[in-house]
Amino acid sequence: MSAFRSALNYLGSQLRQVGLIIALLAITIFFQIATSGITLKPINVSNLIVQNSYILILAVGMVMVIIAGHIDLSVGSVVAFVGAMAGVMITQWNIPWWAAIVLCLGVGAVVGVWQGFWIAYFGIPAFIVTLAGMLTFRGLTQIALQNQQISPFPDEFRALGSGFLPDLGGGTTLLEPLTMGIGLLATALLVAQGIRSRLARKKYDVEDEPFAWFILKLVFTAGIILFITYLLASYRGTPIVLVVLGLLTVVYAAVMANSVFGRHVYAIGGNLNAAALSGIKTKRVTFMLFVNMGVISALAGLIFTAQLNLANPKAGDGFELDAIAAVFIGGAAVTGGIGTVTGAIIGGLIIGLLNNGMSILGVGTEYQQLIKGLVLLAAVAFDVYNKRRSGGR
Amino acid sequence: MTTNILEMRSITKTFPGVKALQDVSLAVQRGHIHAICGENGAGKSTLMKVLSGVYPAGTYDGEIVFENETVAFKSINESEATGVVIIHQELALSPFLSIAENIFLGNEQQSGGWIDWNKTNLEAAKLLARVGLKDNPITKVRDIGVGKQQLVEIAKALSKEVKLLILDEPTAALNDEDSAHLLDLMKHLKGQGITSIMISHKLNEIKAVADEVTIIRDGKLIETLDMHTDDISEERIIKGMVGRDLGSRYPDHTPHIGEELLRVEDWNVYHPLDHQRKVVKDANISVRAGEIVGIAGLMGAGRTELAMSVFGHSYGHNISGKVYKNGALVDTSTVAAAIDHGLAYATEDRKRYGLNLIEDIKRNISLVSLHKISKRGWVDSNQEIVVAEGYRKSMNIKAPSVEALAGKLSGGNQQKVVLSKWMFSDPDVLILDEPTRGIDVGAKYEIYGIINKLADDGKGVIVISSELPELIGICDRIYTIFEGRITADVPRGQATAEYLMQHMTQEREKDNR
Repeated sequence: MSAFRSALNYLGSQLRQVGLIIALLAITIFFQIATSGITLKPINVSNLIVQNSYILILAVGMVMVIIAGHIDLSVGSVVAFVGAMAGVMITQWNIPWWAAIVLCLGVGAVVGVWQGFWIAYFGIPAFIVTLAGMLTFRGLTQIALQNQQISPFPDEFRALGSGFLPDLGGGTTLLEPLTMGIGLLATALLVAQGIRSRLARKKYDVEDEPFAWFILKLVFTAGIILFITYLLASYRGTPIVLVVLGLLTVVYAAVMANSVFGRHVYAIGGNLNAAALSGIKTKRVTFMLFVNMGVISALAGLIFTAQLNLANPKAGDGFELDAIAAVFIGGAAVTGGIGTVTGAIIGGLIIGLLNNGMSILGVGTEYQQLIKGLVLLAAVAFDVYNKRRSGGR
Repeated sequence: MTTNILEMRSITKTFPGVKALQDVSLAVQRGHIHAICGENGAGKSTLMKVLSGVYPAGTYDGEIVFENETVAFKSINESEATGVVIIHQELALSPFLSIAENIFLGNEQQSGGWIDWNKTNLEAAKLLARVGLKDNPITKVRDIGVGKQQLVEIAKALSKEVKLLILDEPTAALNDEDSAHLLDLMKHLKGQGITSIMISHKLNEIKAVADEVTIIRDGKLIETLDMHTDDISEERIIKGMVGRDLGSRYPDHTPHIGEELLRVEDWNVYHPLDHQRKVVKDANISVRAGEIVGIAGLMGAGRTELAMSVFGHSYGHNISGKVYKNGALVDTSTVAAAIDHGLAYATEDRKRYGLNLIEDIKRNISLVSLHKISKRGWVDSNQEIVVAEGYRKSMNIKAPSVEALAGKLSGGNQQKVVLSKWMFSDPDVLILDEPTRGIDVGAKYEIYGIINKLADDGKGVIVISSELPELIGICDRIYTIFEGRITADVPRGQATAEYLMQHMTQEREKDNR
């Protein structure tokens, strides 16, 4: 009985994460039924990942900026600017596609250095600096493109956005073997890591997660990964962007959870003064975050441009809002100090699913905006309610 | 008989999982000053929140009788309308509004929706006179000191026709002079027939002004003492609060003093905003291994400014002077450099400058010294748990686990987390700024023990405190500081409260040393 109660208490403390997963599942199931099964068709799942990849990538950088207590409104314009630069480099300056990719990531870093300088060392609030960036980089995009579109791009470059890993079965197998291999390996690693960390926490006697819940969570996550693996393998295999996104997620989730840098970011967002008095170089950390955000925006810009096979002056319009919404739906706090990379990814998936599902159903963009707005409000309202409920005395 | 203005009968208040108040009864006589004391977390503030309607009627059991009528306040507005006004520890004034605007906030002197400024300022001036404040009512609140802000709060309460004034730790943030003035004012208001309830940790203040004192421990009423008839000593009150005799309030300690560790010479600091104003003037201080050195000064004398400017130039402008560590000149112009040279500074304001309240205990403890538990930039979170667990045991931090959030801990335990953080950085010299502020008596004793242990480990400890008995009780040597200048260097034997106060309040020619 007391075991049951402690399990309930534990679930209560995990309400936010559980709620997020349940929301994702509920939305999936709803659209699966409403679209009579189109949502979870292999081709749609593949498209869903590919078409939302750049928002998810932006969300990974954005969540770190928001945890540190800042915001970045310029990412949409940076996406467009980097796309434009890629177009100019490849089609007008005849730079090889791979060199252009490297240079464009460099452009992103320079953008980050510029904004990071004003924010971290000059002390202008990030809201203002990146609002200015939103305008300036949009302007630079139009100047670079002379208000024209650039198209087409070489096939190798386009693969970055819409390509797939090679089919090892030569198209003869029912399930693509490479994808199945990657999926099984990822599942195995996930399960191994879960067990290892639980054993360590048990050893130091800080584990409060009930065993049944641990198993349920592990089986559930493994199940989801295997299911998506199956769907992808029965279509065209693993999208290249999924590999990029997966690596980014794993690396940045680890950085935020376990690196000294990540700890410093949480410390700055949680209490800037206390962090500074603890010897943390707060300005440098803030600066690095914006450089990182610049590079990540550039990556998103490259993938977006490659996918559309088009550099467009209007590209990336409103991406910053989708990325910010993903982060807050994913449980980050407006005041900083709280948030996770995986939360931001799940938040981004929820937005992606809403976009995708409503498009299939033929819901007009006006209603799509309306519904996304309400979802964001509901998610943050849930957070605030939760905090108040557990606030105690 | 019924000279009681207030009776709270059998109040029980339960939060999920805890009984914060259990069958507590309180009777306050009309026109008296009634003190409530108890350790942190004993339930004092909860009781006052029940009384003032912060916890609305129906969320607690029991009965409240105010002026012979049973009342059931549903909100703080209702209790204020009846004449019960609570002034919280954290002042609730708007810094950018004037004194007059703050006094009449929510109660504007208006005619038909338009503010009558003449009446506002005139009435405010009358109220200010009643609390003995001579400032112009149009002064912005941020331009007056904390002591005066407290008086503005009281003036605001008077504007609401207050019958029962509740003051939650009214002198916690005040210096001795402002505290004395506030206590005088409370007596003065008593003369005008206003009843006060005061929550306080400061037993000398309770002794000075209170007619009765009610002691609460662990959510239960322990006793109500009449300060006039019973012969009540501070020790008697402490015994009630902690439920045991503390013996001495300061642990015995035999110092083992060694070589000089830190010396600060000719230290000058200007105000960060007002570049003309010098806040630290030609200060010279030193601390030796195993020595506990006190810095005594009134609030605003430059104690914290001196400490923070030495520690990584964290305060001030145009800082000049030399810092010697083990006899060698060192650079402490950034916090990181100061930490590298073995300095540590535990702030007087834990919540604003000391802790990340939304993070857990272990991550707060490890923050300064992450490099000690990491390899190539990656933190070993298992080792982090071991380290934090070690401090939880050795420092007696009361928390369910090292993953409890710092913000959920009591003041004393938060302070222990701050001290653990700095002890883990293994400094040679620790500067502790008001290490026992807002901490209950039992935890204070533990903190003194920790300070002694640090000194016994060969570290130099500098303690800044507003409480003179505390400095006299634990320090081997005490500097006094007045208006940014070190005015005396007093060895243990000579340190009496009178002697220190004399040097804290009047400048004297600098000792030629």
